[in-house]
Amino acid sequence: MTSSDMPLVEMTGICKEFPGVKALDGVDFTLMPGEVHVLFGENGAGKSTLISILAGVYQPTSGHFRINGRDARFPSVKEARAAGVCAVFQEFSLVPTMSVAQNLFLGSELLSGPFVDHGRARREAEKLFGELGFSIDVGAPVAALSRAQQQMVEIAKAFHAKARILILDEPTASLTERETAMLFRFIGEARAAGVGIVYISHRMHEFAAIANRITVLRDGKLVRTVDAAATSESELIELMTGRSIDRIYPDIDLASAPETVMKVRGLEGPGVHGVSFDIRKGEVLGIAGLVGSGKSRAFRTLFGLSGTVAGTVVLDGHDVTGATPETLIARGVFYLPSDRKREGLFLGADARENIALSMLNRPDTRDALGFRSPARLRRLTDDIGRRIDISQAFLNRTVAKLSGGNQQKVLFGKALSVEREIYILDEPTVGVDMGTRAAIYRLIKQMAETGKAVVVISSDLAEVMNLSHRLLVFANGTIAAELAGEAINEQTVLGHFFQGGRLGA
Amino acid sequence: MNTQVDQVSSTRGSVPAAAMTFLRDLFIRVGVLPFFLVAALVFFTLASHNFLTVQNITNVARQSVYLVLVALGQMLALVTGGFDLSVGTTIAITSVVSATVMVFVAGAYPDAAWAAVSLGLLAGLAAALAIGVVNGVGIARFGVSPFIMTLGVQSVGAGIALFITGGVPIGDLPNEFGDFFGFGSIAGIPVPVLIAILAAVVMWVLMNRTRTGARLYAVGGNIKAANLSGINTGRVLFLAYALCALLASVAGILLTARVESGETNLGGTIALESIAACVIAGVSLRGGIGRVESVVIGGFFIVLVENGMNILQIGSYMQMVLLGALLILAVVIDQFRYKLLVGEH
Repeated sequence: MTSSDMPLVEMTGICKEFPGVKALDGVDFTLMPGEVHVLFGENGAGKSTLISILAGVYQPTSGHFRINGRDARFPSVKEARAAGVCAVFQEFSLVPTMSVAQNLFLGSELLSGPFVDHGRARREAEKLFGELGFSIDVGAPVAALSRAQQQMVEIAKAFHAKARILILDEPTASLTERETAMLFRFIGEARAAGVGIVYISHRMHEFAAIANRITVLRDGKLVRTVDAAATSESELIELMTGRSIDRIYPDIDLASAPETVMKVRGLEGPGVHGVSFDIRKGEVLGIAGLVGSGKSRAFRTLFGLSGTVAGTVVLDGHDVTGATPETLIARGVFYLPSDRKREGLFLGADARENIALSMLNRPDTRDALGFRSPARLRRLTDDIGRRIDISQAFLNRTVAKLSGGNQQKVLFGKALSVEREIYILDEPTVGVDMGTRAAIYRLIKQMAETGKAVVVISSDLAEVMNLSHRLLVFANGTIAAELAGEAINEQTVLGHFFQGGRLGA
Repeated sequence: MNTQVDQVSSTRGSVPAAAMTFLRDLFIRVGVLPFFLVAALVFFTLASHNFLTVQNITNVARQSVYLVLVALGQMLALVTGGFDLSVGTTIAITSVVSATVMVFVAGAYPDAAWAAVSLGLLAGLAAALAIGVVNGVGIARFGVSPFIMTLGVQSVGAGIALFITGGVPIGDLPNEFGDFFGFGSIAGIPVPVLIAILAAVVMWVLMNRTRTGARLYAVGGNIKAANLSGINTGRVLFLAYALCALLASVAGILLTARVESGETNLGGTIALESIAACVIAGVSLRGGIGRVESVVIGGFFIVLVENGMNILQIGSYMQMVLLGALLILAVVIDQFRYKLLVGEH
């Protein structure tokens, strides 16, 4: 057997359980030398867990894997790296306080005698970036770089490690077209040298350019591994979601005369450089943009989560510029945070209490003496539970023990606990399964069609394009485009993502 | 980054603005220390004629040796993103253990004074190392927060020190010990100062020129990233607390030699003072940032302020108030600096 037809990676029956969730369930995966193998699936489908196991971050609950034909077990990242596996995660493994050169050699510092040789590290780093065609000041601290530049450092780090198995998790998510082309050229070179590449991306148009095979995962299970050249985009979507695309997104009726409820003018804050827009009743306003485009920060700023520097925010004729979340919530504004574990939920409390805490100011939760009434709270939270389609048993369970999908439903329960006028939903379906996703879209439809204003901020382009009546595209802290109706399509939106050209370095 | 370039070019040519930019960069790079140091020097010099004299400043330098040593150790814990509240206890344990062993050995073999001193020193260092190991294992292996771990250990250690001595100082140490480590000098330079200089040089090399140093900064800067880069973060954390205890122990030995007895109260307020010295010297409480040379000056600065307050006859009670306030002010300014350094996130 020659080395070229022996798989670099052979994973069989991989299972991974986290408390309360089965993230992977009997997944098989192989990677050949010189192959680009795409992992495709929704958020929460198990792609990240699978590559984390391959990279030594997690250990599988059961199942085997072989590297170069030999049984492998990676107790930590160190062993995986020693075996030639190198991963570029979305969450960067860079130390912000250290320089680019220092980060590049982190964990394998260059020595002269017993001492670290900073001069050589700098020179080697400059040489490497020169070869890759990335222009970066290797002496600058990583914190001072743009997200795209940080991505380049991550990629350079992997190339530098001479990986035999390279894992790239959405590497192009924050790169410009030129940088993407450069990356693809290097993927091609690595491939020619026999490197196997596991590639995660949502951008289907990239697959034609680089992919050999595509493995589709859904809800932790392997759906199928297909030949990239022989599979169309619509087939991929059906494999990914298990249903055809028009059955996922409901048609949301637009109010006949949407009335403006909030006017934002020239809003400036951290990462937000002057944005103006209106939020209207009975309309879904979509917000698209890359990570770091300010799409989330703009709304965090107007919700009082980071300081407003300039601009005005008028809600129903009242000036609420720089108001605190407390004031805005009292006026009927709800913000659903993108990170439910860190910002959304009280993980140690049960689902019922999480929902009840959003009703603290409702008079009908209190008894005649003005104390919180358990009986009334139970009845009210039961009502909410029915609306968000969550069972009694789950309502009484500690939120930390619920699946991601049910946690997200609880978060929507908080949104529905009080009559609100404006729902700002930041990544409303991040890391939830397909069934929950459809349920959440129905809730959004209900909100909008009962005359509430809904803002959907999302990195999932299909989601934000299919739900929105009107779409704002953010780039570099400003609004690059406002699109409506027919003008909302992938080409146009992607085209506006890189406006301003600041990312080009 | 474009905005920065704009600022620089738009302010070119105007001298006050250029000075402001310089001060801002200085602040971002080394922190609040140069500003505090200048302010303290000016204030105390104006307030008293006895302050800015060669003799007094030399005196401050000699007195600051102990704090500098402890602050260097504290810096290790801070750079990894934690801190060590048990440095005072470490000093106390070192003092009573080394004194007890010296007295015992010197009693058994009265002619072998240097043997007694050596054994005493080894026992003191070993006892301190045990404290560092307990801290390190608790924090690195069991994931106890540095605050609770070192707070608990500081109580345990203080109790043990009092138990060993019954609260009574251990006197009758060999004269050679105090004569050399407390009052001796080589080539006109006091021995404690020489030891502190040596420790500072070793620390500088460790932090700036070795893999271990790079890893200490990495663990504090982003522990997840360090782990993903194949760094054994547990070992790095363990090492930080073990070395911190050893440096505190050296300070404990020098203090014991100075007072010529083993005492349980030698480490009194040094945990607070050492954290203050580090933070004022620009060591970030969030980890990942800190320079050895700044910490040395930071330790010197704290002792300088205490010395100035003594000259102005400010009572020790009031000094506690001012020192605590200074620490909090330094932390507030550190938050501000971190934002300038890393940007809003």
